[in-house]
Amino acid sequence: MAILIKKGKLVDPASGCEDILDILIEGEIIKKISENIKVKGAKVIDADGRIVIPGLVDMHTHLRQPGREDEETIQSGTLAAAKGGFTTVCCMPNTVPCIDNPVVVSYIFCEAMKNAKVEVFPIGAISVARKGKRLSEMGRLKKAGVVGFSDDGRWVVNSQLMRRAFEYAKMLNIPVISHCEDPFLSEDGVMNEGYYSTILGLSGIPGEAEKVAVFRDISLLELTNSRLHIAHLSCRDSLELVKKAKKENLRVTSEVTPHHLTLSDEAVKSFDTNTKVNPPLRSREDVQALKMGLKEGVIDVIATDHAPHSKEEKELEYPEAASGVIGLETALSLVVKEIVEPGLLTLKEAIARLTINPSRILGIDRGEIKEGGIANVAIVNLSKKWCVEEKDFLSLSKNSPFIGWTLPAKVEFTIFKGKVVYKD
Amino acid sequence: MKFEKKDLLDLKSLSVDEINLILDTAKSFHEILERPIKKVPTLRGKTVANLFFEPSTRTKLSFELSVKRLNADLINFSSSTSSVLKGESLIDTARNIMSMKVDALIVRHSSAGAAHILARELPISVINAGDGAHEHPTQGLLDLYSIKEKKGKIASLNVAIIGDIMHSRVARSDIWGLSKLGAKVKVCGPPTLIPKDIEKMGVKVTYFIEEALSGCDVVIMLRLQRERQKTAFISTIEEYREFFALSEEKLKLAKPDAIIMHPGPVNRGVELPVALADSSRSIILEQVTNGIAVRMAVIYLLLT
Repeated sequence: MAILIKKGKLVDPASGCEDILDILIEGEIIKKISENIKVKGAKVIDADGRIVIPGLVDMHTHLRQPGREDEETIQSGTLAAAKGGFTTVCCMPNTVPCIDNPVVVSYIFCEAMKNAKVEVFPIGAISVARKGKRLSEMGRLKKAGVVGFSDDGRWVVNSQLMRRAFEYAKMLNIPVISHCEDPFLSEDGVMNEGYYSTILGLSGIPGEAEKVAVFRDISLLELTNSRLHIAHLSCRDSLELVKKAKKENLRVTSEVTPHHLTLSDEAVKSFDTNTKVNPPLRSREDVQALKMGLKEGVIDVIATDHAPHSKEEKELEYPEAASGVIGLETALSLVVKEIVEPGLLTLKEAIARLTINPSRILGIDRGEIKEGGIANVAIVNLSKKWCVEEKDFLSLSKNSPFIGWTLPAKVEFTIFKGKVVYKD
Repeated sequence: MKFEKKDLLDLKSLSVDEINLILDTAKSFHEILERPIKKVPTLRGKTVANLFFEPSTRTKLSFELSVKRLNADLINFSSSTSSVLKGESLIDTARNIMSMKVDALIVRHSSAGAAHILARELPISVINAGDGAHEHPTQGLLDLYSIKEKKGKIASLNVAIIGDIMHSRVARSDIWGLSKLGAKVKVCGPPTLIPKDIEKMGVKVTYFIEEALSGCDVVIMLRLQRERQKTAFISTIEEYREFFALSEEKLKLAKPDAIIMHPGPVNRGVELPVALADSSRSIILEQVTNGIAVRMAVIYLLLT
């Protein structure tokens, strides 16, 4: 049945549109966008007082399937995505087995076809088993449908291998996504190195672990003229390197997570293992710098790094606990609270970093609302406050540092390919 | 004044009044330890559990005796392996022991924050007996007690803490306690063992032992934690000794009545030559005795 979204404020960064318009969806397609559409027999959604935005695109998600279906599945992860307003998620290759060959890619597409609520694009591994020793069959992975390459969670230490990955990626015209972390500098670290690691007696990871890795990767980018996307930037110094590289017209892009924009290492004081993430939460100055980077366009994308972990892996002593937090269901609200409400970015600019920007980096035709385009839409009540409660998460894992927080912006409808996949 | 906190987890969060209350209470218990019958019936019927997830001799025995001197019952749980390897989590272990109806847990663990996590999860009192490199509050308190006993005061004293600051929970508890009570603290060690931004805790940092000792009233030597040296924070023990061990000669830079302290166990001949450890300047063994009084005070204040 056709869907008619009435009187919502359409915020579409790709076209720049920010008007009250009706949207008519027929089948999987947006049929018409205009004022005052009248059509018989359509299901009408009254979006008066709401914003209507392109379905969000998360270019950094961990869906844990195959391998850790106790923590998340393609089904549960995409349910969580739909609740958060996402209609496209890109799943990282650190599954078991790893997404380093076309068979696993096919498995993911197949599972997604059966069970996913929204669209899933896999990211392929740079190296076999993400071990940093031998290149994966990047060409075949691309043919099978991956939209990016990453050994996420591990930096490719061998510079020669990374150079070759860049060269292959150039031929394939998809980006290399780098988790920038020098493993020797981060060693046993479990949090940011600084005053708080000192008083808490926890091993620290200096910002330089990221910075030196960013510098190496930008150098190789320059050598190869390929494309580099830096995952989850966490500190000021690496941001400066990205800024400089952009000035030099290198093809580098970067992302930041909502939690790195919201929390600083002071949060670790509680020893709550839901503050343990990699890269770690950095200093307040770093958080401020990340916000400025987002404003200045040095950071192109906000991505969740949604990382589900079971209670068994989180209810442990701080150094033993797994790193990572879930993020799909809180991302948009945190961005509105931390970035839009304080006036750092306009709503349209913020939405761009969650929709059209990641789509362009990955070369996928998503993240906008246009006539004839795929009907991926989220309808959001910006002023509606909601409380983050553990029991309400649709993700199989509950490892969020934001439980108990009251946040603005409630997703009321998520429409994927013309079907309502989430309704508040 | 009553002690309002449920737990004793660190010195960072204690007020000056709370610290003084513990020290004053310890003084009255210290007198008991000098009596022929070293026991009071104060905590009869209470049960305390020692949970030691890390090897310890002194601290474990000290807590054990403290509990017994107060007439409470004591059960002991020791595990040298990580609970993760065993398959039971720290929280599960503690919940099980709590279900045996104990009134307080004394927890020693190699991970920072272990006691905090238990205190948050459990309704009973938790006493931190040392958590990773975070804090060792009863050691900090007994150091304060010992200094006060010898010097009559803490305020305005010059205290040097020398050695492996990075891995020392004692250093952190001492720094908080001493600073709160008005002492001036210098920390000294090789740069690899001085954690970042420690100046923000209100201490002065020096890499030269001579500078640390100069004019000081109290010298706290720390144990070089050799088990943590896998990534080579220092080159050789011999070089470390040459630069950072105390000696008769170097001690001359301190005030003539300066005292030497050490939280134990001493690496005899590494950070501290045997002769100095056993000299009249050293109050290392008095620290051990005072530890019982201080721990009795802490257990008493939390359980009454």
